Amino acid sequence: MSEHHGPAKGIKRWLFATNHKDIGTMYLWFSFAMFFVGGFFAMVIRAELFQPGLQLVDPQFFNQMTTMHGLVMVFGAIMPAFVGLANWMIPMMIGAPDMALPRMNNLSFWLLPVAVTLLISTFFMEGGAPAFGWTFYAPLSTTYAPPSTTFFIFAVHILGASSIMGSINILATIINLRAPGMTYMKMPMFVWTWAITAFLLIAAMPVLAGAVTMMLMDIHFGTSFFSAAGGGDPVLFQHVFWFFGHPEVYIIILPAFGVISEIIPTFSRKPLFGYSSMVYATASIAFLSFIVWAHHMYTTGMPLAGELYFMYATMLIAIPTGVKVFNWIATMFGGALTFEAPMLFSVATVFLFSLGGFTGLMLAIAPIDFAYQESYFVVAHFHYTMVAGAIFSMTAAVYYWLPKWTGRMYNETLAKTQFWIAFVGFNLTFFPQHFVGLAGMPRRTPDYALQFADFNMMSSIGSFIYGFAQLFLLYIIIQTIRSGKENADEKTWEGANGLEWTLASPAPFHTFSTPPTVK
Amino acid sequence: MASIDHESYYVPDSSSLAVFTAVSSGLLIGGFAAGLNGMTFGEGGSVGWTVSVVGLVLFLAALFTWFRTTIVENRAGMASAQLKHSYVLGIQWFIFSEVCFFVVFFGTLFYVRNLAGPWLGGEGTKLGDTQALWGGFQYAWPMQFTPQEIIGVNNQVPANNGIFVGAKELMHWNGIPLINTILLLTSSVTVHFAHSALKAGKKAGFNLWLAITLILGFAFVGFQALEYHEAYAELGLTLESGIYGSTFFILTGFHGFHVCMGATMLTVQWLRSMMKGDFTADDHFGFEASSWYWHFVDVVWVGLFLFVYIF
Amino acid sequence: MYLRINWLMKQTFRLAGFLLVYLSPSAWAKPGDRWEMNLSPGVTELGQEVYDLHMIILWICVAIAVVVFGIMGYVLVAHRKSSGRTPATFDESTKVEIAWTIVPTLILIAMVVPATQTMIKIYDTSEADLDIMITGYQWKWKYEYIDKEGGENFSYMSIMSTPQAQIDNLEPKGENYLLEVDEPLVIPVNKKARFLLTAADVIHAWWVPALSVKKDAIPGFVNEAWTLPTEIGTYRGQCAELCGKDHGFMPIVVNVVSEEDYAVWLASKKNASKVDLSVKSKDELMASGQSLYEKNCAACHMANGAGIPGVFPALKDSPIALGDVNEHINIVVNGTPGTAMAAYGAQLKPDVLAAIITYERNAWGNATGDSVQASDITNFNQ
Ligand code: HEA
Ligand code: HEA
Ligand code: HEC
Ligand code: CUA
Ligand SMILES: [Cu+2]
Repeated sequence: MSEHHGPAKGIKRWLFATNHKDIGTMYLWFSFAMFFVGGFFAMVIRAELFQPGLQLVDPQFFNQMTTMHGLVMVFGAIMPAFVGLANWMIPMMIGAPDMALPRMNNLSFWLLPVAVTLLISTFFMEGGAPAFGWTFYAPLSTTYAPPSTTFFIFAVHILGASSIMGSINILATIINLRAPGMTYMKMPMFVWTWAITAFLLIAAMPVLAGAVTMMLMDIHFGTSFFSAAGGGDPVLFQHVFWFFGHPEVYIIILPAFGVISEIIPTFSRKPLFGYSSMVYATASIAFLSFIVWAHHMYTTGMPLAGELYFMYATMLIAIPTGVKVFNWIATMFGGALTFEAPMLFSVATVFLFSLGGFTGLMLAIAPIDFAYQESYFVVAHFHYTMVAGAIFSMTAAVYYWLPKWTGRMYNETLAKTQFWIAFVGFNLTFFPQHFVGLAGMPRRTPDYALQFADFNMMSSIGSFIYGFAQLFLLYIIIQTIRSGKENADEKTWEGANGLEWTLASPAPFHTFSTPPTVK
Repeated sequence: MASIDHESYYVPDSSSLAVFTAVSSGLLIGGFAAGLNGMTFGEGGSVGWTVSVVGLVLFLAALFTWFRTTIVENRAGMASAQLKHSYVLGIQWFIFSEVCFFVVFFGTLFYVRNLAGPWLGGEGTKLGDTQALWGGFQYAWPMQFTPQEIIGVNNQVPANNGIFVGAKELMHWNGIPLINTILLLTSSVTVHFAHSALKAGKKAGFNLWLAITLILGFAFVGFQALEYHEAYAELGLTLESGIYGSTFFILTGFHGFHVCMGATMLTVQWLRSMMKGDFTADDHFGFEASSWYWHFVDVVWVGLFLFVYIF
Repeated sequence: MYLRINWLMKQTFRLAGFLLVYLSPSAWAKPGDRWEMNLSPGVTELGQEVYDLHMIILWICVAIAVVVFGIMGYVLVAHRKSSGRTPATFDESTKVEIAWTIVPTLILIAMVVPATQTMIKIYDTSEADLDIMITGYQWKWKYEYIDKEGGENFSYMSIMSTPQAQIDNLEPKGENYLLEVDEPLVIPVNKKARFLLTAADVIHAWWVPALSVKKDAIPGFVNEAWTLPTEIGTYRGQCAELCGKDHGFMPIVVNVVSEEDYAVWLASKKNASKVDLSVKSKDELMASGQSLYEKNCAACHMANGAGIPGVFPALKDSPIALGDVNEHINIVVNGTPGTAMAAYGAQLKPDVLAAIITYERNAWGNATGDSVQASDITNFNQ
C-alpha cells in the first residue's frame, strides 16, 4: 500500500502529487506568487495615483491594472491560499489519512495554473486585457469589451471548476473521513468554517459560471440577456453577479475566521469561548450571505421595497459577526496572553476587520450608501475586510503552522518586525482612503482632482511600505525553510491543542493511516 | 458511521491523470476561445479550432483512462466501503452544483418576465418614462416583438447592442415538447426499474430496462434536434430573437446538453454491463451515479416544461 | 443633542486630518479644500438629512468601537502571561452570549428607523418643477430639457474641458482640474428638478455630492432622481460607474442660478440650438471639423486618427474614410450595432457631423478632397 512510500523524487513529486500535504504546499506557493503578481498591479495603481495627472500608464491600461488586480487577488491569491491551508490542515485536524479524493485534489490544483495562464495571456492580445473591473458589469464587458474577454470568460469557467472540485473534496473529507469520536461538534473551528465555506463555494461558483456564460452568448451568439433592445436588462447581470459575489466575500473571510479561532485560544492558553455559538454564527452568516446581494446595487434604481429589504437583511449580518468578535475577545479575557507573531496578526485582524465591518454597516444603510457608493470609501471598506481580514490572518496562519510544516522555527524578532511594518503600512495605505472617499473621490479612475492629492500620496507611500513588508515575509519564510532553528517539539506552542499538534515536526509525509481515536 | 471501516482508506499512488486532464482541458478551452475570436498567429492563420479539437481528443482520452483506472482498482478490491462513500458524496455535491447552475437561468427567466419586461413596457417605479426610449412597446410574454423592433430596427437605438427581431411564431407546448416530456418521464421510471432489477440480482432485466432507458433518452435528443430545426427554419425563433429566444435556447440548450451527458454516462454503464459483466447487486456505483444524474436531468425538464413552454 | 456630537466629530476629524496632512510634503502647495475628509451636507435639505444620518451612524459605530476595543485593549494589557497569570478555564456563558446578541439587534433597530424615513424621501420624485433627461455617453453627458407644455425640447452635450496638456503634466493644473466642462447643466434655485437618467452605451452614474444625487444611468432604462438646491452656486461631480477608458474624465458641473437668470439662459439656449444649414467652404469645414473631431471622436479614434488597435479602428487610411461618402455618413449617423461606435445622428447636429466627416476624409493624409455639407446629412437622414 502506498502509505509506506515516501514522496517521489524531482518534478514528478509535484506534477503527479496525490498527497494532501504536497498539494497543499503547491497551493500555498502558487497563491503566494499570485499575491505578488496582484500586489505588483496594485503598486502600479498606487504609483500612478501618487500625484494628480497621468504619470506612468494610460487610462485604458490603468483600468486593466485595476481589473486584473482585483481578479488575481480574489481568485488567484486569497481563495487558493485558504484551499491550500485546508489541504494541509483538515486531514491532520480530523485524523484522516489524506483528502477523500486525492487524484481529483491534484486536478483542482493544476487547473489553476491553466486558468491563470489564460487570464494573464490577455495582456498580450490585441486590445489588451479586460478593463471592466473585477465586477465586469455588462454591457461594458460584452458589447464594449476587448476581444480578449473570451479568454477571460473561459478562465473564470476553469477557476470555477477548480473551486467546485476542491470544495467537493473538502466536504467529502469532512463528512466521511473524521476519526472515530470526532463528532461534528468536536471539530476544530477551522474545519467548521471550511465546511461551510465549501458549501458556499459549491452553491455560488455555478452562479458565476452562469453569469459568464450569458456574457459569452451575448458576445458571440447574438443573444440579448443584457441588452434592453432585445428585452433583456444590463442590471440583470449585476443581480446574477452579486448573487455569486456577495457569498464570495464570505468565502474569503470565513476560513480566515477559522484561523483566528484556532490561534487566539492557543496564545490565550484558554479554550475557545462559545464554541457552539461560533458554529451557529458562521452558519447564519452563510445563510444571510445569499439573501443580501443587492446591497451592491442600491443606486441601480431598484423599487423602494427592494432597497429597504436589502438594507434590513444586510444589517442583520452584523449580529452573527458581532458574536464572533465578542467570542474572540471573551476567549482572551481571563487568559494568559503572549504575543508571538501569529497572535499579533490575529489580534490585528480582529481589530482591523471590525473597522472594516463597521464601514460595511455604514454602506449597508441604503440612503447613505448613495453618498458612498463607487467612491474610495468602498475601496477602504473592502481592503479592511479583505487585506486586514484575510491576508493578515493568512500571514498569522503561516507563522503559526510553519514550524509544523517545515520542522523549523521562524525568527521571532524578524517576524514581529514584519508585523509592525505591515501594520503601519496597511493603515497608512487604506485609512486615508476613507477620507478621500467621503470627500467625493470616485474609484477606478487613473487621475483625480487636486483636493485629493495629499491623502493619495500618503496612501501610495503606505502601500509601498506594505509591499515591502510582503517582500520581507517572503524572506523570512525562505530563511526559515533553509536555515531556521530546528523545531523538534511536537506541540511547538505552549497552549496549542488539537490533533495536528500530536504529530511529529515536520509532519510526516503520511499521517493517520490508521485513525486516532478522539475521546 | 459504525458500518464504515476506517482501517484501509485507499490513497492512490502519485498519478499523471490529473495533470493530463488539466493540460488537455486547457488546450480544449484555450483553443476554443482562440477559434471564437478568429485569432491568428503570425502568418499561420487561425489554429484555434485545431488546437481545440486536439485538446478535446486528449481530454476524452484522459477521462477515459481515469475512469478505467478507478474501475480496475475497484475490481482489484482496493475500494473500501469508506472510499465508496466518498464517491457517493462527491457525485451528490456535484449534482447540487449543477442544480445551482440551472437556478441561474431560471432566475434569469423569472427576472425578465416579472421585472425587466414590465419595466420596459412602462410599468412600475420606472414610471412611464421608459416609453421615451421604447415608445409603443408593450410587454407580453412570450415576447414576440422586441423593444427595438417596435421603434424600428433601423432607427437609432438607445443602446447600440445588436439587432434583435422577435420570432414570427411561438413554440407551443403541445407538440414536440409534450412528446419529450413523456419520453423523459418514462425514462426516469425505466431507469428506476433497471436499478430495482439490479438490486434484485436480475442482470438480464437490468440490461433490458437500461437499454429501453437509453432508447428513450436518445429519442429525446433526436426530437429536440427536430424542435430546434423547426424553431430556426419555420418559426424564426433563433438566438437573435430577443430575450425570448435567448432564455428559450439557454435553458433548453443546457438541458439538452445535460441529457446528452447523462445518456452517454448510462451508455457507458450499459456497455460495461453487457461487455464486461460489471455490476452486482451490491456493487454498482457507476450505474447508480449515472442514474441519479438522469433523475436530476428529468427534474430540470419538468421545470422547463412548466415555465418555458406552458406558462 | 447630536448636533454637539457632530461638531465634536468634525473637530476630531480635522485634528486627525491635520496631523496626517502636516506630515505630508505637499501640505503647503495645494489650493482648494484639501482638508475635506468627510461627507459634505451640500446645498439641499435632503443632503443635510443624509449628512446627519451619516454622522449618527458613524458616531454609533465609533461608540461601539470604543467599548469593544476598550475592553479588548484592557484584556491585552491586563491579562498578559508576563503579569504572572494562570489562565482561567471557562469557555461559555449563556447569559453574556444572549446579551451580546440582543444589544446589537436593538442598536440596529434604532438605526433602521431614520434610515427608512430618509430612504423614502430619496425616492419621492413627485411634484417636480422641471424635468431634465440626462443621457450618459462614452464619455460625456447629454442634457435634454423637457418642455412640460408640449413645446419642443432642446438638448446639448456637456464634455470635460480640462486640456490634455494639464492631464499630461505639460501645463500647470487649473483650480478645477478634471472638474470643468464646456457647457454645464443649469437649473434654477429653490425649484425641484427631476432627473431622468439613461445611457446610450454602457452604464454610467450621475453623481453630484453637493446636490445629494447619485444614480445609475442604464442603457435602455430610465431611472429617476431629484434635487432641490437652496443656494446659488456651481457644483461639481463625476461619473460614478466604470464606463471604459475615459471614465475618470467625464465630470459634471451644475450651475444653480436665480430664476431670472435661468429664464434668460433658457431663451438664449433655445435660440442657439438651431441648425446652421448654410453651405461652407472646405477650409471652413476642416477648421471647425478638427476641433469638433477632437472633442467628440478623438477619445476613441485618437487625435491622429490612428485609433487603438484591437479596440477602436484607425480612421487614417481606413477604407471607409477613403471610400464612398454615403457609407461614411451612414456609419457615423447610424453607428454599428453591437460595437462602441454609437449612432451620432442622435447626438450631434447635421452641421457638426458634416464638419467632422469632412475633416476625417481630408486629415492625416486621407486626401479624398470631399467636402460634406450639413444638407448632405439632412438629405441622408430622409
Ligand atoms: C472579506 C470580504 C468582505 C466582508 C467580510 C464584508 C463584510 C461586509 N460588507 Fe462588504 N464588500 C466587500 C468585501 C467584504 N465585505 C467587497 C470586496 C466590496 C466591494 C465590491 C466591489 O464593488 O468591488 C464590498 C462592498 C460592500 C457594500 C457595497 C458598497 C457599495 O458598492 O456601495 C456593502 C453595502 O452594504 C457592504 C456591506 C458589508 C457588510 C454589512 C458586511 C458585514 O459582514 C460586516 C459585519 C461586521 C461588523 C459589523 C463588525 C463586527 C461587529 C461587531 C463588533 C458587533 C456590533 C456591531 C454593530 C451592532 C454595528 N460591503
Ligand atoms: C483580497 C484581495 C485584495 C488584496 C490582498 C488587495 C491588496 C491591495 N490593494 Fe486592492 N483591490 C481588490 C482586492 C485586493 N486588494 C479588489 C477586489 C479591488 C477592486 C477592483 C476593481 O475596482 O475592479 C481592489 C482595488 C484596489 C484599489 C482601487 C483601484 C481603483 O479603484 O482604481 C487600490 C488603490 O489603492 C488597491 C490597492 C491595494 C494595495 C496597495 C494592496 C496591497 O495590500 C498589496 C500588497 C502586496 C504587494 C505589494 C506584493 C508584494 C511585493 C512586490 C510585488 C514587490 C514590489 C514592491 C514594491 C515596489 C514596494 N486595490
Ligand atoms: C466610444 C468610442 C467611439 C467614439 C467616441 C467614436 N467611435 Fe467611431 N468607431 C468606434 C468603433 C468601436 C468602431 C468600429 C465599429 C465596427 O466594428 O464596425 C468605429 C468605427 C468608425 C468608423 C468606421 C471605420 C472603419 O474603418 O471601420 C468611422 C468612419 C467612425 N467610427 C467615425 C467616428 C466619428 C465621426 C466619431 C465622432 C463623431 C466617432 N467615430 C466616435 C468607436 C468610437
Ligand atoms: Cu461614465 Cu464612468
Ligand atoms: Cu456584499
